[in-house]
Amino acid sequence: MLLTDDQKMLQETAASFLADEGSIAKQLRHWRDTDCEDGFGHDLWKQFGELGLTGIAIPESYGGLGLGAAEAALVLEEIGRNLTPSPFLMTAVVAATALEGTAHAERWYPGILSGEAVLALAVEESSRHAPEQTALEAKRQGNGFLLNGHKQFAVHAASADMIVTAARTSGSPGDSNGVTLFAVPRDVAEVENVNLTDSSKAARITFKNVELDADAVIGEVDGGWASLSRALNAGRAGAAAELVGVASGASALTFDYLRTRKQFGKLIGEFQALQHRAAHLYGEIEIARAAVLKAAQMLDSGDERAELWVSVAKTKAADVASLAAREGVQMHGGIGMTDEHDIGLYLKREAVLGELFGDIYYHRNRVAELSGY
Amino acid sequence: MSDLDAFRAETRAWLEANCPAEMRQPIRSEADMCWGGRNWTFQSDAQKQWLEVMAERGWTVPDWPKAYGGGGLTPEQAIVLKEEMARIGARQPLYSFGISMLGPALLKFGTEEQKRHYLPQIARGEIRWCQGYSEPGAGSDLAGLQTKAEDKGDHWLVNGQKVWTSYADKADWIFCLTRTSTESKQGGISFLLFDMETPGVSTKPILLISGNSPFCETFFDDVKVPKDQVVGEVNRGWDVAKYLLGHEREMISGMGLGEGGSLGAATKPSDPMLRAEIAAFDVDALAFQAMSERFTAMWKAGEAHPASPSMMKYAGTELNKRRNELVMAAGGSDALEWAAKQPRDWLRSKGNSIEGGTSEVQLNIVAKHILRLPGA
Repeated sequence: MLLTDDQKMLQETAASFLADEGSIAKQLRHWRDTDCEDGFGHDLWKQFGELGLTGIAIPESYGGLGLGAAEAALVLEEIGRNLTPSPFLMTAVVAATALEGTAHAERWYPGILSGEAVLALAVEESSRHAPEQTALEAKRQGNGFLLNGHKQFAVHAASADMIVTAARTSGSPGDSNGVTLFAVPRDVAEVENVNLTDSSKAARITFKNVELDADAVIGEVDGGWASLSRALNAGRAGAAAELVGVASGASALTFDYLRTRKQFGKLIGEFQALQHRAAHLYGEIEIARAAVLKAAQMLDSGDERAELWVSVAKTKAADVASLAAREGVQMHGGIGMTDEHDIGLYLKREAVLGELFGDIYYHRNRVAELSGY
Repeated sequence: MSDLDAFRAETRAWLEANCPAEMRQPIRSEADMCWGGRNWTFQSDAQKQWLEVMAERGWTVPDWPKAYGGGGLTPEQAIVLKEEMARIGARQPLYSFGISMLGPALLKFGTEEQKRHYLPQIARGEIRWCQGYSEPGAGSDLAGLQTKAEDKGDHWLVNGQKVWTSYADKADWIFCLTRTSTESKQGGISFLLFDMETPGVSTKPILLISGNSPFCETFFDDVKVPKDQVVGEVNRGWDVAKYLLGHEREMISGMGLGEGGSLGAATKPSDPMLRAEIAAFDVDALAFQAMSERFTAMWKAGEAHPASPSMMKYAGTELNKRRNELVMAAGGSDALEWAAKQPRDWLRSKGNSIEGGTSEVQLNIVAKHILRLPGA
């Protein structure tokens, strides 16, 4: 449960890169205030590529770093701390994992490595995470498939070169068998870009008789569930790591405020009512970080308990990030309610990441089911 | 096969051969926990045998040096031993404040002579220790303690009273904080060791809300203590005391790990609202387990903040109180029967966030030493 020297070096690289180039002023506020349709900057994504970070999950045989969830978590924590909008989680972690070992890897890995390609995942069909409920119909037609149905909350899909899409080729919603992953070019479906609370973008996608060739299938027909689960678990662990970063960033702002803001002739950090809440928050963040590290290590070692730990990590990190953001706004007082101050941005980001790939209720239920109750 | 894999295989085979079947049963009552000491009555031959074979191998204190009765294991080997014991459900062979509290303090502050004298006795479970810290007027404000030790040339003369002394009525020796100078609060404390059979020492059990009496009041009336039974420098006992408290808090935080396994799996809650609460608890308990593993690794590697045991103690004890609340809820009216285990554990758990420094004191320490908040 200690970081290796290599991991510490990666952490330092990511920390200084994202603090400098990925700062709130340079990225999040800039793209938000200029109404950027992507919600992130492509130049920064190319810089991720120059540093090799886009290849974090891509095998060395393809020119990637061939690292695992533990290393991705270190980068994502820094992304979370700086609220840096980027395709890193969806493209370099989730989509790269979904494509692993398939013919589509050859096609897309070079673009991911250079920071030019942006990929997305379309899995949700209702307002709540339920991947096994996939209903988007993919019917065989000639040499290919005909898709009808819809997707939503597909992060960055309107900016994506390709959307990894979960569709049903057999069975009924609720079955994990019969789900197939397709590589869908963005321009073949109706993609409506939606601005989310944190200024990130997700799409509603409508498939009306969308024709796809057989080679659009990622992996095996009817057998997409295993890859989808791997990609989702990588995404959950990654979102959890980003949430720990969000919690850390929000609490750092708040603890600084407690050390500098004066009321009643005192620094407000002298008040024990605030000290105890701050100390509690500090401990919770440490615990969440440990849970994320454990989940990532379990994923990387292929442990059979990995799925349980991923749900633990996602829940704990979302819970704690929410606490950090709520306490952050409250302890900042009036200034915390203003758009000018950054603390409110953490509250917005925490809400979106908390929902992504399953909220705390989804994952608590998973923990109960996987524990046999 | 790596060295560690070889160690695991060897350990597994040895435990299979040497851990009596009875010692692989879950702990059902206090008597199942072996505390050792001069007056210990072994519950069974198996309990005695288990302690002896483990002590023989130095595995009651796996990571202490062999010269002091330990196993001389590396941190990684000690983890393997723990895992292999857990695998067969082997009980801890010895419960001991000597192991969890005094030993680490002696290893750091004791003279070579003290280490060679006291540590092997602790490792073999021959001497049972108690902790003389709190006083009626010095609880959270521990450094305000008044028990006096006067220098009488060839001995210390101790007078005063301690309270909340765990198992003082069953202990053989005490490690005791005493005031040897009134010139400064923290700078006038000395850390003494003495035999509980010394004339002038008496104890009186305190009946708790749980119906049990794990704590005592302890009285000292002209107790003569040999001069060489002081650990660390005279008037610098606060350093030893604080170091030991770190270990005590680390030990207490282990309560957050519960009895292992999922609370939901153990209680099978049928009420959906209760199931949801228990699932939320299980998430926090597993996350704390990860924290505990990480903390232990960081502590041993010197990467942990010196005040971090306070964070662990706070989180672990609050979690254990929550666990007990949920056990009571899941048990319904069955759990209210006084003869059952649940109500006593539940009531006893309320003390977790008081003993070893209250939750509020731990939060003060985190705020001051880790967050560096002003005036804390």
